[in-house]
Amino acid sequence: MEAFLTWLAMGKYALYVWSSFGLTVAVVLLNIHWARRSFRDASEVARRRLAMRRSDQ
Amino acid sequence: MSGTPSLFEMARLQMVRDLRLALRRGGEWLQPLVFFLVITTLFPLTFDSQLSRLRDVAPAALWVSALLSSLLALELLFRDDALDGTLEQLAVSGTPLSWVLLAKTAVHWLLTGLPLVLMAPVVAGALGAPYEAIPGLLLPLALGSITLSLIGAIGAALTLGLRRGGVLLGLLTLPLTVPVMIFGAGASVRIIAGQSAAGPLYLLAAVAVLALALAPLAIAAAVRINVE
Amino acid sequence: MTWLWFHKLASPPHFYRIAGRWLPWLGWSAAVLGVTGLVWGLVLAPSDYQQGEGYRILYVHAPSAWLSTFTYTTMAVSAAVGLVWRMNVAHSVSASCAPLGASFTFVALATGSLWGKPMWGTWWEWDPRLTSELLLLFLYLGYMGLRSAIEDQTRADRVCALLAIVGVVNVPIIYYSVEWWNSLHQAPSVMKFGKPTMPASMLVPLLMMFAAGTLFAATMVLMRARGEILRRERVGTWLEAAVGESVALTGEKR
Repeated sequence: MEAFLTWLAMGKYALYVWSSFGLTVAVVLLNIHWARRSFRDASEVARRRLAMRRSDQ
Repeated sequence: MSGTPSLFEMARLQMVRDLRLALRRGGEWLQPLVFFLVITTLFPLTFDSQLSRLRDVAPAALWVSALLSSLLALELLFRDDALDGTLEQLAVSGTPLSWVLLAKTAVHWLLTGLPLVLMAPVVAGALGAPYEAIPGLLLPLALGSITLSLIGAIGAALTLGLRRGGVLLGLLTLPLTVPVMIFGAGASVRIIAGQSAAGPLYLLAAVAVLALALAPLAIAAAVRINVE
Repeated sequence: MTWLWFHKLASPPHFYRIAGRWLPWLGWSAAVLGVTGLVWGLVLAPSDYQQGEGYRILYVHAPSAWLSTFTYTTMAVSAAVGLVWRMNVAHSVSASCAPLGASFTFVALATGSLWGKPMWGTWWEWDPRLTSELLLLFLYLGYMGLRSAIEDQTRADRVCALLAIVGVVNVPIIYYSVEWWNSLHQAPSVMKFGKPTMPASMLVPLLMMFAAGTLFAATMVLMRARGEILRRERVGTWLEAAVGESVALTGEKR
């Protein structure tokens, strides 16, 4: 337990180390979310366009 | 002189036409100069009006104001020619487009860059630069303003025909002007301090030559994409 | 003959299919490497003799800085390919790079700042690297601004490609000018890291993080690029098949 707490304290750098890692992980997750959403939006747009073309014919 | 005119003749004709049009349009091309004077006036008012202290900020004031006014002037560069179809004509005319656009940029510099360079000694004096340093300030500003016009022309060509082009033009252009600003202001700092500015001046000249060689290609490519 | 793969990749359906096949492999290997590197870097790697535990920020800062420039280069190279060969696939890749690159440039700046506070005693130092990184962020933002301002897809692709190329010519000049400017101003001497000879116990997790970052970037770019291809394609039975399939897939996962 004590070892875990000293590890969490990161010397006296806990604030800096954990916020750096936290920020990086957050940006990675955000990027995954954005990329998935962008792909989903794009396929939605393409699907709608195809549907419109089919109804035109 | 028969048949197709030479490249220099083409450039001369283009420049004469652009100059005549600009002068007919009235004082529009003077606005960047007035803008330049207004910004430089703001420095003593917001920093300190003592000349001995203003001297430290004079190079920054000169260069930032010059950059902002050249940015303001860029809207005029291709706007009218894009609206009335002149650019399309030039793109299909068979003359190397980069050459013609270089001529246009040169006129633009003559109308908006040169007055600023000529006015700079007055402004520098008012900002506390020592009198013996003032003639030396002309060279970096002249070299730098040419490069700023060329880089700005790339931005103007890229944002051609965009409705909210103004802010975007700044966002695109400003980071690209960093080397000019650093070397130009660096040279000015040394000149005002009475030191030799050869180092930054050579670098400034190198950047200007590079811009003269490459920027017309980029400007022409951007115009071509946008008028197609 | 040797260029066959290149021509094949230029075909949207082929690229779409290949990218789709590669995505899970790239993504999962990035995840495995990243988690291993994080645990190794945060727990197992020894502390630095000068900076104590604070140096561990390196494990996220250095890969982010690498991704910021690597992504920009990828963006510019694919933009040039797209412009020269009028290749939609290359434009799709180029367009997919910007958000990723901008966000990692931001991470590099923020973690650099978080590292600078305890080590240099200041959140921000006008150090050449930090300054160039900030300017790189502005270049990314300009690129994204320009792309979002142009309605027409083809025109946006070509104009932005040109901007990316102009930017990449400028990046080294900006870097050296900033370096020169810094030597002129003689900024307070920034703390130098000891010798570049890092013990393997520190170096291995760092290399893992670099690899994980690069694989992650590839995953994100390919994922976005598939979407961008769908945006650009107008006709084709393959498109109907692709869209139907992907919609079914996302529907299943929801």
